[in-house]
Amino acid sequence: MLLTDSSESSIKSFLKNLSPVDQVGADARAAMLATRSIKTSSKLWAIDTAISMIDLTTLEGADTPGKVTALCTKAVRPDPSDNSVPHVGAVCVYNDMVKVAREHLDNNGGKEIPVAAVSTAFPSGRASLDVKKQDTEDAIASGATEIDMVIDRGAFLSGNLEKVFTEIVCIKEICGDRAHLKVILETGELVTYDNVRRASFLAMAAGADFIKTSTGKVSPAATAPVVLVMLEAVRDYYAMTGKKIGVKPAGGIRTTKDAIKQLVLVNETAGPDWLDPKLFRIGASALLNDLLMQRMKMKSGQYSGRNYVTLD
Amino acid sequence: MRVDVRKTYKLFIGGQFPRSESGRSYELLDAKGNFLANPALASRKDLRDAVVAARGVAEKWASASAFNRSQILYRVAEVMEGRREQFVSEVMAQEGVTKAQATKQVDAAIDLWVWYAGWCDKVPTIFGSTNPVSGSFYNFTTPEPVGVVAVFIDDNSSLLDIVHGVAPVLAGGNVVIAIANEEYPLCAITLSEVIATSDVPGGVVNVLTGRTEELAPWVASHMDIDGVDGSGVEPAAYETLKRDGADNLKRIYSFKAEGSPQRIISFMENKTVWHPIGI
Repeated sequence: MLLTDSSESSIKSFLKNLSPVDQVGADARAAMLATRSIKTSSKLWAIDTAISMIDLTTLEGADTPGKVTALCTKAVRPDPSDNSVPHVGAVCVYNDMVKVAREHLDNNGGKEIPVAAVSTAFPSGRASLDVKKQDTEDAIASGATEIDMVIDRGAFLSGNLEKVFTEIVCIKEICGDRAHLKVILETGELVTYDNVRRASFLAMAAGADFIKTSTGKVSPAATAPVVLVMLEAVRDYYAMTGKKIGVKPAGGIRTTKDAIKQLVLVNETAGPDWLDPKLFRIGASALLNDLLMQRMKMKSGQYSGRNYVTLD
Repeated sequence: MRVDVRKTYKLFIGGQFPRSESGRSYELLDAKGNFLANPALASRKDLRDAVVAARGVAEKWASASAFNRSQILYRVAEVMEGRREQFVSEVMAQEGVTKAQATKQVDAAIDLWVWYAGWCDKVPTIFGSTNPVSGSFYNFTTPEPVGVVAVFIDDNSSLLDIVHGVAPVLAGGNVVIAIANEEYPLCAITLSEVIATSDVPGGVVNVLTGRTEELAPWVASHMDIDGVDGSGVEPAAYETLKRDGADNLKRIYSFKAEGSPQRIISFMENKTVWHPIGI
């Protein structure tokens, strides 16, 4: 076991013993991997894989039941004119929209698509533990089978690691076997790659099934070097414990090119086992249309346009 | 003796001057057969990027008031005037004409640009209508821009044809992807520098230099291009262009080298509004 107990001192000594991240090296490696060329034959596979990994997301204050049901319809059949397009990995919505999404998916051929709820006072994480627990309980009761929780960045940055750890453990307890737990690190607020690595290990040790880069409300979000650092953390954690933890970059991935770069990072860092919606997801909304347009281009040989995909 | 300051001729996409994504260029000779320049040889991916850039600002340009568009186009003519000597020397080098002939062409080009600037706010008045309908409605028809228009520049002249192609499409509120003539790319590049320093928003005009026969099939089949001015395409290829462009109902036309409001209205579509009376 990694930790002897969940006390502040044992968490601190565990994280202190982690190898530091070479910032220049991480930037350079991510930039190098971004230049990989993908041949046409692999590209179609990559596009379909990326579609099946998308957590199709809408997290706006202006979300309506109509918008959420439209999103769910799209999740089941991303391209109504083409049956061969796979369905997306999950639908990700705010807590109160979980029920709407779940019912619409069940009634429209999307039973196998999970609904993810953002929880624990998303996006800031500024609430008491009781509120966060209740938030999570509500989401699961409404039918969410994946919980995207945010960590308390303020506590993490001020060194109050036990608080962060305990919160994740509590939420994991509530999730139990009923829901997958994704822990959002909000890397844009963690300042350094070392912090990203520490937060990744902290979340994994506390019981996260997935670690996720960002809420999508803070910029920068899922930059390539940050995803690389998290994938390395996952790889190292697997080597230590034999447990495979998933990674979910979210925010700022808008084009097919970006998505394929992410897949290259996954393959070259964590390994091909992670090229699976069970272990890698991409949190996005606009990305899906770009993937569909690229797919149309590959099938028909002519460039497509935004008139041929849905407006979101 | 001064060392030559050689110019790198680039593309104009989304308000930037990138090299071709393909890294290619071609050798351009002057009228006497001497080396003149190495313009970029645009690829289909440059075209794709240009369409994305153009589509991104299409709505903004279309929704600018006709008066505002008119002012901006006039500003382009002002800046062209300031570059007159450069245009004259480029026309001379490419066409091998005398300075007097080149100056005449540059004058005509700037005047034509001003003429189209004036058309912006006249188009709805002249080509729109109020329609007499049976019922208690006012009924108006107004021409609206179609969106993204690709223009293949003709080769009758090195500068004037560019203005013939680009200005009317802009005047109607469309955004332009101009494919410069392979033999006469220099004035197109200089014009893009003029446009970049006028008040035209980045992406409203995009200029690609390269081979018409290479780009034409991609233009024709691109589902996000709404209109094509095929004046600069060979007659045989023009038929293919029309056939390939049918998929998304592109408006495809070819024009004679003369100024005409027909060039503006060809890339506009009519919108009719019924407005109830007395409610």
